[in-house]
Parts: sequence; structure tokens; C-alpha cells
Amino acid sequence: MLSKVAERLYWAARYLERVENTARLVSVYDKLLFDLPREVDISWYSLVELNSASDLFSERYRIRDEHNVVKFILADDTNPSSMLSALRMLRENIRTSRDVLPVESWEQINELYLYAQNNIRLGINRSKRYEFLDQVVSRCQMLFGMLSGTMSHDAPWQFVKLGRDLERSDMTTRILDAGAAALIAANGDASVNLRQVVWGNVLRSASAYMSYRRSVRMSVTGPDVACYLLEDAHFPRSVEACLTQLEISAGKLPQGHHVVELIREINPSVYPITTEADLGPAFRSFLNDLQIQLCQLSNRISQTWFPA
Amino acid sequence: MTMDWKSYDPNGFFDELVCRDGSIRPPARQLIHYLESLPPEEIESRRQMAEATIQEMGVSFTVYTEEGNIDRAWPFDIVPRTISAKQWRTTAAGLEQRLKALNLFINDLYHEQQVLKDGIIPAEIITESRNFRPECIGITPPLGVWAHICGTDLVRDGDGEFYVLEDNLRVPSGVSYMLENRAITKRVLPELFEKDDILPIDGYCASLFDMLASLSPRDVRKPVIVVLTPGIFNSAYFEHAFLAQQMGIELVEGSDLMVGDDDCVYMKTISGPERVDVIYRRIDDLFLDPSVFNKDSVLGVPGLMRAWQKGKVALANAPGAGVADDKVVYAYVPEIIRYYLNEEPIIKNVETFLCDDPEHRAYVLENLDKLVVKPANESGGYGMLVGPHSTKKEQAQFAKLIQDNPRNYIAQPTLALSTAPTLVDNGSLEPRHLDLRPFILQGRDTYVTTGGLTRVAMKKGSLVVNSSQGGGSKDTWIVDGGEE
Repeated sequence: MLSKVAERLYWAARYLERVENTARLVSVYDKLLFDLPREVDISWYSLVELNSASDLFSERYRIRDEHNVVKFILADDTNPSSMLSALRMLRENIRTSRDVLPVESWEQINELYLYAQNNIRLGINRSKRYEFLDQVVSRCQMLFGMLSGTMSHDAPWQFVKLGRDLERSDMTTRILDAGAAALIAANGDASVNLRQVVWGNVLRSASAYMSYRRSVRMSVTGPDVACYLLEDAHFPRSVEACLTQLEISAGKLPQGHHVVELIREINPSVYPITTEADLGPAFRSFLNDLQIQLCQLSNRISQTWFPA
Repeated sequence: MTMDWKSYDPNGFFDELVCRDGSIRPPARQLIHYLESLPPEEIESRRQMAEATIQEMGVSFTVYTEEGNIDRAWPFDIVPRTISAKQWRTTAAGLEQRLKALNLFINDLYHEQQVLKDGIIPAEIITESRNFRPECIGITPPLGVWAHICGTDLVRDGDGEFYVLEDNLRVPSGVSYMLENRAITKRVLPELFEKDDILPIDGYCASLFDMLASLSPRDVRKPVIVVLTPGIFNSAYFEHAFLAQQMGIELVEGSDLMVGDDDCVYMKTISGPERVDVIYRRIDDLFLDPSVFNKDSVLGVPGLMRAWQKGKVALANAPGAGVADDKVVYAYVPEIIRYYLNEEPIIKNVETFLCDDPEHRAYVLENLDKLVVKPANESGGYGMLVGPHSTKKEQAQFAKLIQDNPRNYIAQPTLALSTAPTLVDNGSLEPRHLDLRPFILQGRDTYVTTGGLTRVAMKKGSLVVNSSQGGGSKDTWIVDGGEE
């Protein structure tokens, strides 16, 4: 398999996962802000910080309000991680890998792209935002489902999986970070109720609410949510489960051991979490370290299979 | 659809399906009877079905415009063009004969140049040709063949005979559209394939693969073959991806390949470098290797010429093969066939005036309003003058171009291109002009496509069939039985 084709599939999957997660995140924030008591000062701007895009944002906008943040996150083409930018990159990567992908995937991605492009206003304004984002999420899932159900599960598919699981684990750390940041912003006087609202939404943004309730069988608390999203072996968006999948995929590829050994060095349970107090600045810095490790993993993947 | 074929008027041109007296030519009878049995709404619904099929299959081509590149759906006419199998056998033999002679000619030019010494062709025509590559002198590619894939444009004149209009020996394109046209027709007019004896065309990709494999420098059971494309922005990218997919081989760009210290070519794969034996390149000579030709080219592979010269990799077509598709050399092809094969050409050339020849030039300059003037080295219908359809100003422009650089221009009489019934906007069938591009392969064996790509000028009276200039295409049927 050509390195370049592998690289395109890897990135196509990362962008696809990014589009889906960005749509989820905005959607959850939307609901979260409805649920919060007025006096709590959690702003839309946290979404920008969460994506490590503060500098870029301040180059483009002065006012950190809902409209600007949502526009920046969903539509702005100067923001390379905006949903539309990611979609454009996704389409470009699929367009040039058509010879290894199922024919229908090209049609699907075209439809998704046109839908998002033509209806992006719905995402920026509030009234239809939920429907719009919901459409984007389900079309992304359809595309992954189609690839999984029709591609031969040989090397090209393993690169799709690598891209998906790496992006997914990174996003899970960012969603957790969003929750932690929101409560830190509440200056320590967050009520039990507020905590529940925030962590409940963290779970929902990872589509983890139901499975959390079923497997944890306890009320929603910060430490339990954090452990669940970091360490659960079975929930497909937990960092641990993503790492397991990454290890399986890498192991099926030539010279995979270079990548596998790095995956094994990443330990999402190394930071001890027992009480709410453990979810402060030290927790955020641990999440930041995890993100750096995932970034190094992506570099290792590039060096191993698609060196420049 | 009821058609009064007596009122169908090809205007004195030869029509592929209908005789002058309004009777239907034998190979087209089943087809015409069938079309006549369909009500107009049904014909319209088949036309729409064809359009939808083209969208679904994503058959497109790229047009370069000032506003950027546009991906356009492939323009297609649902009424096939028919040719009798008997006639096609003769034509195919003529095409094989022509390519064999051209390959002997190219090999001679890069070795002894006996053909020049014997005065068959003036030496300066070759030495001044933009497509003669001194880098190829003394090289013998595998099997002595230079042009492995040839797309030859045929036209039928008023007398109903096929003539060769030009040979395309560099990177001829269109074969994927020939295959897609058939796939579309099978979906749109499936009933006809049950009754009629339409010869299949789908052997092309297998033959192309076998031909490419026969060039491998390594004697291995499964040589590594790749298609080299300039990339997504090339107008024929669709075809490059199509052929790679059909043959089950990798589609690569220059940056995916490298030449090692051992002069072998490698592609960069996820398991490290893998040696490549044969490259079906869809990049022009001058972009192949920046270390030899165009220094700024980012499309090619540094060292590729060295690898080819040392026989470590086969290139199809070989660099330098284009020397024989120069339109001035074209005028000499009948002589070339006689010289190398000692045979009479089976398919004739179109009469050609060489502007480099003072007598010819004088005739051309006097008759610009009647002739078609073409640059010697362009393709795609660019930079030509169609005399009868031109303005005085354009004629004056060409007169100057010819006088400034006579070697670079040839002229031919305006051909009475044959026509075939074509579905037009008001739902009726009208004659439209067309040509035919069969594809010929030469490796260890030779192969000619069954028919080829029929290109049709969709505008009434127009003679320009290039898809970049508003042309469309038709499926081409070689029909067994029902001889004329």
C-alpha cells in the first residue's frame, strides 16, 4: 500500500471524527448553557480555549460572544479546525483516495459537505442549531458505518481506524477539560447541582450518558465521570478503549511495533482521582500531558508509515 | 418514435447508420427498429436515465477555464454508432500495421537513422522536431517497442472510407470513456444486447495489463506495475484513477516514487520502498524527470530517465515516442509503412500540405478559407484554424503564424466528416458529425479495441468533436452478421 494513500486515509478519518466531535461539542454547550443558573459565569469562549485556539480567535474577533464563538468553531475558514475547514480537508482527502474507497463513500461525503455548506447559517443562529448539528453527526456516523461495513478490513481500513481512534481519544480529553475548566471558572463555590449539570453534559457530549449509568450504576459525579471517560475498557470513546483499538490496528500493520511501544507508554489512569478536589488545575495539566502524548503518537505514526 | 428516414438529411455527408436513399444500413437495422418502437416519452426517459447514470458513476472530465478548473459531467448521446464487424476487421488490421511501422521507425530514428539516410524523410524534419529526444539515442526499450499505447483518430469522408486523421503516441486519453459509454448503454438500452450481435469491448484493461507486464525488466511472476498521474488537477485524472482501479494496480504521483543508488525505481509504501518494474506514465516527456528535462517540474521523478536508460524500469510509452506523432511526420507515414514493412497502407492518410514546403505553403496561404490548419505539435483541438468557419481576421492571423514558423504548421482539406443520428433538444434525431478513436496496444502482442471512442460534435454543422470544446460521445457498436 502506498504511503501517501495511507496518509490520506488516516487524515480523512481524523477529519471525519473531528467534524462529528465539533458538532457534538457545540450542541452540548448549547444545552449546558441553558441549564446553568444565571449567576454562573461560564462562557461560550471556553470552547475556543478548549480547542487551543485563543490566539487565532483574537486575531479575528474582538467580542467573545456566542455568535462569534460559534461562527469561529463551525464556519470560519481561517480557523483550520473549524467544522467546515475539517469537512473541506476530509473531502479533499477522500477525493484523492477514491481508488481505494467504496464508490458510495464519495457520494456520501459530497452530500454531507453540500449539506453543511448550504445550511451553515442554521448552525450559527440558535433556533435550528440542534437539528442542523444532529444531521451532521448522524451523516458522519453513516459514513463511518458504510466504510466499516464495505471496506475490506486490510491495511487501508487499519489506517482509517488509527485516524478515528486517535482523534477520538484526543477529543475525549478535551471534553473532560471543558468540564473541569467550567467548574474552576465557577470559583470553587459550585453547588452539587451545578456539578451534576456540568458532568452530565460532559457525558452527553461523548454520547456516554446511558452507558455510564448502566456500567457505573451511581449518580453522576466528577470523579466517576472522569474515570469512566479515561479508563473504561468497553466504552468506545474512552481514552483507554481508543488506545486498545489503536494498539490492535497498529499491530496489524508492517513495522507496527514502533507505534505499539509508544501506545503502551500512554497511561490514562496514572493520575489518581478520588474526590472533586482532584479535578482542579493539576487534573487539567494531566489532560494537557495526555494530549501531548497523543500528538507524539501521531508523529510516530507519520514517521513509521508515511515519512516525508 | 416514428422517423421518416427519407426526410433525415445528412446533407450530402456519409451517414453511419442511414443510406442516401433513406434505407437503414444492415448493422444498424435492429437498433433503428427498436428505437422506432419506443414512444417519445420513453426515449426521453432513457435519455434522463443515461444522465443520472453518468452522475452516479461520477464520469467526469475537467475543463480548464480562466476561473479555474471545472469538473463536468461527461456529455453522452444515447444513440449508438454502428460499424459492421467485417469492415472493422480490415480497419483493425490497418491500425496494427500502422503502429508496427511507426515503432520500427522510432527505433530506427534513435539508432542508425537509415530512413533518413535513404532519403525517405528529410533529416531536418526530425532534427527540428520538438519531440525528438537526443537523450534517447542508442537506447533499445524492451521488445524494441516505443509506442505501446496509441490512440489513432479516424474519420470517414464523403466516400464512406476511413482515413487516419492523426496518431497520438504520447499520452492518448479517452479509453475509460469508451468503456463507460458501453456500461451506460447496457443500462439504458439493455433489450438490444439480447437480440443484436454486438461484440464486447471489455477485454481492454486485461490486455493493457498483460501488455504492460510483458515489458517488465525483471523476470518475475508478478511484476509491479503502476499508473503515474500528474495528479488530481489533470483533465484526465478520472481516467487515470479508473484504469488503476480496473487493473488493480497503484495510482502514483511523482512524489510517491524515487530512484535508488542502484538505478532502480521504488515506490514509497507502508512497508518501506518497493521496486517498480513498469510505469504506465500519463505525464508528458518533459515533466518526467526534472534532472534531465524541465527543471521546475514537480510532477516527475529525479533520476527516472537514468533508470529507464539503464533498463531498470520500463516506461509506457517510452520517452521520445512522440517524435512520430508530429503532424509533419504524419504526412510521411504511408511512405514509412512501405519502407519498413514493404506493404501498402491499409488505411489512407488525409491529404496533407506541409507549410515548410514552398509550393505547399503558397497553396495553403491562398486557400486558408477552405483548409484546416493545425500546429504540428498540439493536441486537444487547440490552436487550429477551421477555414470555412473562420473570419478574415483569424485567417490573417494564421497567415502570419505560418510565415513566421512554417515548419510548425500543416493544412488539410476540410473533411466531409461522416454523421450519425443524434438525439437533439427537441427530442428528434438529427445528423451530427463524428470521428472515432480506437486504441492500439503493442507489447509482445498487438491488440486493437473493438471499435473505439466515438466523439460527436453536438452543435449542428460543427466539425469540432473535442470534449474540451463542446463535443460529446456515443457508444460504438461493432455488429457481427448483417454485413453491408
